Amino acid sequence: MSLLDIHNLSVRFGGADAVPVVDGLDLSVKKGEVLAIVGESGSGKSVTMMALMGLIDAPGIVHADCLQFDGTDMLRLKGRQRRHIVGKDLAMVFQDPMTALNPSYTVGFQIEEVLRQHMGLKGKAARARALELLERVEIPGAASRLDAYPHQLSGGMSQRVAIAMAIAAEPKLLIADEPTTALDVTIQAQIMELLLNLQRDQGMALVLITHDLAVVAETAQRVCVMYAGQAVELGQVPTLFDAPSHPYTEALLKAIPEHSTGAHRLATLPGIVPGRYDRPQGCLLSPRCPYVQERCRQQRPTLDEHARGAARCFFPLEVA
Amino acid sequence: MTTSTSLDQSLLYPSPLKEFWHAFKHNKGAVCGLAFILLIVFCALFAPWIAPHHPSEQYRDFLLTPPVWLEGGQWQFLLGTDELGRDLLSRIIHGARLSLLIGLASVVLSLVPGILLGLCASFFPRLLGPGIMRLMDIMLALPSLLLAVAIVAILGPGLINTIFAIAIVSLPSYVRLTRAAVMGELNRDYVTAAQLAGASLPRLMFVTVLPNCMAPLIVQATLSFSSAILDAAALGFLGLGVQPPTPEWGTMLASARDYIERAWWVVTLPGLAILLSVLAINLMGDGLRDALDPKLKNAI
Repeated sequence: MSLLDIHNLSVRFGGADAVPVVDGLDLSVKKGEVLAIVGESGSGKSVTMMALMGLIDAPGIVHADCLQFDGTDMLRLKGRQRRHIVGKDLAMVFQDPMTALNPSYTVGFQIEEVLRQHMGLKGKAARARALELLERVEIPGAASRLDAYPHQLSGGMSQRVAIAMAIAAEPKLLIADEPTTALDVTIQAQIMELLLNLQRDQGMALVLITHDLAVVAETAQRVCVMYAGQAVELGQVPTLFDAPSHPYTEALLKAIPEHSTGAHRLATLPGIVPGRYDRPQGCLLSPRCPYVQERCRQQRPTLDEHARGAARCFFPLEVA
Repeated sequence: MTTSTSLDQSLLYPSPLKEFWHAFKHNKGAVCGLAFILLIVFCALFAPWIAPHHPSEQYRDFLLTPPVWLEGGQWQFLLGTDELGRDLLSRIIHGARLSLLIGLASVVLSLVPGILLGLCASFFPRLLGPGIMRLMDIMLALPSLLLAVAIVAILGPGLINTIFAIAIVSLPSYVRLTRAAVMGELNRDYVTAAQLAGASLPRLMFVTVLPNCMAPLIVQATLSFSSAILDAAALGFLGLGVQPPTPEWGTMLASARDYIERAWWVVTLPGLAILLSVLAINLMGDGLRDALDPKLKNAI
């Protein structure tokens, strides 16, 4: 049985007739698996995870046929029960490490707080464990960093602390929401390596939200490509990169700068993600798709499974 | 990683208090203000021992004696006497007690409910927010002194009612300030992270968010301390505040205004006490703002 099961998840902001930000999303994560969710800005990657955690406030409306984590229906959970699961079994690392830590408290206090809440550790035991965690995330001089305030740490170190806080309660699923976007390239590599090591050592599942395909290629086992709130392609990592079946995935792969060394210009996908008022009647990608046909403009395709995965396209590439 | 790196000097972080003092002491005006405030606090705490005379004792032989450096001055009365022969210096020293009491009490009485209302308004933006904020808008639409006069007129004059009136008048600024600061913090990831880590609503409000909103509130509290002293003096001057013979600075001004041409010191000296203490508090508030707000740090 999979650890996380999402069926037909929709999130809307403001009224039942509003355009869905996440539209009929199906997703599952197995124990110990690394799943990457990729897509450009505004494609609903983060909102999906917020919905899972129950962090969508009014006027947002979350609807799903099934939103199950480790056998618990997350939609039914209220207050205290939710707080017991979220944060312990389900943890998250954020995009911007500079705002992810509370500026008013020391790093040690913030980690100990999680330990107190979820592991029942107190006093010296909590402090020792916090130190252990900081060493775990490879922070130099960990003992003295316990008393540091977040503004005294660099971005990379803050992100390491944030990761230490996230893994403090030994979660079964860690969600990393663009964990390396705000960091420079060398630190990015270190942080990704750290996340993967932790994932392997603790056997936890990792959902990696990113728009960096290079990171995905190196780390993930499965990929979900999202576009305008819909999953457009699902697939295993090497195959999806070698032979994408959805035109959007193909366009994303072509737009990796490393792929277009040489004289010609970097390939781009013209246009922008459709907004509230210019949603096409047919396939959401139809105004931008290089292979668009008449049927694409009239009807919306569904996510259909094929030999190597699933794609939301009437004319998937190289499948036949 | 050896243990020697953890003992590296560069890794010993300065305490926040030390950092604050380092930033604060660069502002000379603020340090002067702090020194003057400490002097006033000292006077207020030890007034009965410092003051040369009892503030209400009337020396009938020495009505309107000028200060010692003027012709006819007496060493017995350093700053002269008022129209009833009471020693001005003693009255000003005792007046410091009242002014500080009014300032402190009204700041506490408006800060605490102000923070609570502001937190509620920002954490329940649909349920409580509009109601609280419109009420504050109505209170802000009235001139503050007029509102204070109206409140005193309803409650009746006197020390306690003056404090209440000033506290109510300065409430809206705290509510708005708290709400603005909290709304800014609520969008930050650490609040989401705290929610994820399982923080309950009260914990989120008071432990996670509130400490990060304290800097502007501390500054506002200092600055409204001085305006509380001013308002109390104004109410006293209008005869609605603390009643004579209590030595309150504004009340002293009011009872002495008939002698403004014959004996200037009776009016000037309490006025000067008000001016200097308000100025000192404002200077200190400025320094506090600079020291607490990282964006303004090292600006000058």
